[in-house]
Amino acid sequence: MKLTKIALILGIASLAPSFASASTLDQVVKKGTLNCGVSTGIPGFSATDSKGVWKGIDVDFCQSVAAAVLGDPAKVKYIPLTAKERFTALQSGEIDLLARSSTWTATRDTSLGLNFAGVNYYDGQGFLVNKELGITSAKELDGATFCIQAGTTTELNLTDYFKANKMAYKAVTYDTSGQTIDGFKKGRCDAVTSDASQLYGLKLKMDDPNSVVVLPEIISKEPLGPVVRQGDDQWLNIVRWTMFAILEAEELGVSSANVDSQLKSQNPSIKRLLGTSGKAGENLGLNADWAYSIVKKVGNYGEMFHRNVGKGSPLNIDRGLNNLWNQGGLMYSMPIR
Amino acid sequence: MATYTMKEAKPAPSTSKGLLFWLRENLFSDIKNSLLTLVGLYFLYTIIPPLLNWMIFDATWSGTKDEVVKEGARWIFIVEKFDQFIYGFYPESLHWRPNLVALICIAFLLSMKFVKNINIKIALILLFPVVCFVLISGGGFGLEVVETEKWGGLMLTVLVAAVGIIASFPIGIILALGRQSHMPIVKTLCVGFIEFVRGVPLITILFMASVVLPLFFSDGIDFDKLLRALIGITLFQAAYIAEVVRGGLQAIPRGQYEASESLGLSYWQGMILVILPQALKISIPNLVGSFISLFKDTTLVLIIGLFDILAMVTLTNSDTNWLGYEVEGYVFVTMIYWVICFTMSQYSKSIERKFNTEH
Repeated sequence: MKLTKIALILGIASLAPSFASASTLDQVVKKGTLNCGVSTGIPGFSATDSKGVWKGIDVDFCQSVAAAVLGDPAKVKYIPLTAKERFTALQSGEIDLLARSSTWTATRDTSLGLNFAGVNYYDGQGFLVNKELGITSAKELDGATFCIQAGTTTELNLTDYFKANKMAYKAVTYDTSGQTIDGFKKGRCDAVTSDASQLYGLKLKMDDPNSVVVLPEIISKEPLGPVVRQGDDQWLNIVRWTMFAILEAEELGVSSANVDSQLKSQNPSIKRLLGTSGKAGENLGLNADWAYSIVKKVGNYGEMFHRNVGKGSPLNIDRGLNNLWNQGGLMYSMPIR
Repeated sequence: MATYTMKEAKPAPSTSKGLLFWLRENLFSDIKNSLLTLVGLYFLYTIIPPLLNWMIFDATWSGTKDEVVKEGARWIFIVEKFDQFIYGFYPESLHWRPNLVALICIAFLLSMKFVKNINIKIALILLFPVVCFVLISGGGFGLEVVETEKWGGLMLTVLVAAVGIIASFPIGIILALGRQSHMPIVKTLCVGFIEFVRGVPLITILFMASVVLPLFFSDGIDFDKLLRALIGITLFQAAYIAEVVRGGLQAIPRGQYEASESLGLSYWQGMILVILPQALKISIPNLVGSFISLFKDTTLVLIIGLFDILAMVTLTNSDTNWLGYEVEGYVFVTMIYWVICFTMSQYSKSIERKFNTEH
């Protein structure tokens, strides 16, 4: 009796660490699917189309990781998460990767047991106003009334910005983005403020999207990126270099359309990226064609941006900060060599 | 000699019958009443025509979204996203399975009305959930497995509500009996459970089930999210059912308990044969009330990332090709909720009539 009890306790004690130490890569390969945490609907980032298929720039990132690790972008299980439960879902192991437009901040990175693997969208808070007002800069918004969404850092940023510029403002708070834009439509406020990527979605909700304009000022830094659990450096490397690979592919002009012909390229950077030379894949614990698989089956960063949020989508957002470093943006891949 | 001739009865004066009379009696009986009627009519006049115009006459029912020219509702959005509203992410080729389950449900409810043999009834009651579960989730009889992540829309709403209602009912009765029990431990446990669960909001329980519970499991143990939510909802609902049933139990005169004991019936026999049938009968209106409120509470599963029909409005509205159709979505969902809740309340009335033994 006593012996069984001791055995039981030892058994439980030995179970816990063995689970914790199993690497995420092994688990994903064993399951054959990547559990990817996405949003419950953010236009252009993760949302479903009319067929119920997940689409968006975050969704494409999930697929890139699946293509690199499992060789098949379809092997993703999308777990829709609300903002409140997203980090806990990652900590508890329910998901392997979180791609849910989460801002990379010091607090989150250091106190939640998580690691941000990179930035797949440089966002920031902006303003949407009626064209009729004839305003061209946020500096002209002194005394204006703003429609904002409750429970976000939006209001904090707004206060800071207006204090710094010695201007006054009033705020009307709404619960959802639909209500926010409705308040704006009905003239309850002069401007809407939110993350710029959201403003383009709100703009399309207007009866006449051309009657409003997004101002050029960005008043906060919201670098959005994929997140993984802390303590599994191999998995962190895989996710981080997946991000770099899609950027590097764009920089080198390798796209899903021409990747097969690029396999014969003599450019050493392309050869290392596509795995025809070098050991990048092997060092990551993946196949040599990991990056080829991403670009072939999902695309490079430019393609993802274009079809989900850029000119190829109704959102029609400028590349801006999200352009490559050599074209005026911030997107910079560490060299693959 | 004068003879008496029968006189034809005169028709009742127009002041005591007919439409005019009804109007005067009910709508214009005095000045205050007449004023209220006029004000009411004015409100109806201002609300109904624009509403009908928006919903029907000026609405767009077909075509593509670029062809919309009318001012009214753009129902094409609902048409386009209909499958998602009803089935969530359930694979299109397998939609016949939830459809079949819906038919089975109707057949089951009808059979409960017409089948008289108690053994067949019990067999049906036991068989019904199994058949529905196997059909929806697959995994047996050569049916392809559909993971719970893919369930959604109206299907999920009805499923969550149905499981919550069916599973919480027996648990609730047992809790109610436990609360009335003379055994101190049983009683304390039941009272403790009921009061604890009733003291916290459903949203907290769902959040605990979804977010906190997995932290206690080691990595790699996957405990279905929907199942966790279902357990949470069932326990929550059971506590409310327990209190409703307790109300019914307390309304039964003490004489009934004593009568069942004096007949030599055991505790369970007495309860099942004498007390509960009477207690549950009185509780029907409150039970249905609490079921209807549970049906509407299922919308809270949104906060743990499950897409019931209401959550589908938000999700379908974040498709970049279909932005700005919230109003149509919410109106559509409102109508569905109303139809289902109204049906439930009518069904409860028919049950009440059926069990009405008073003369």
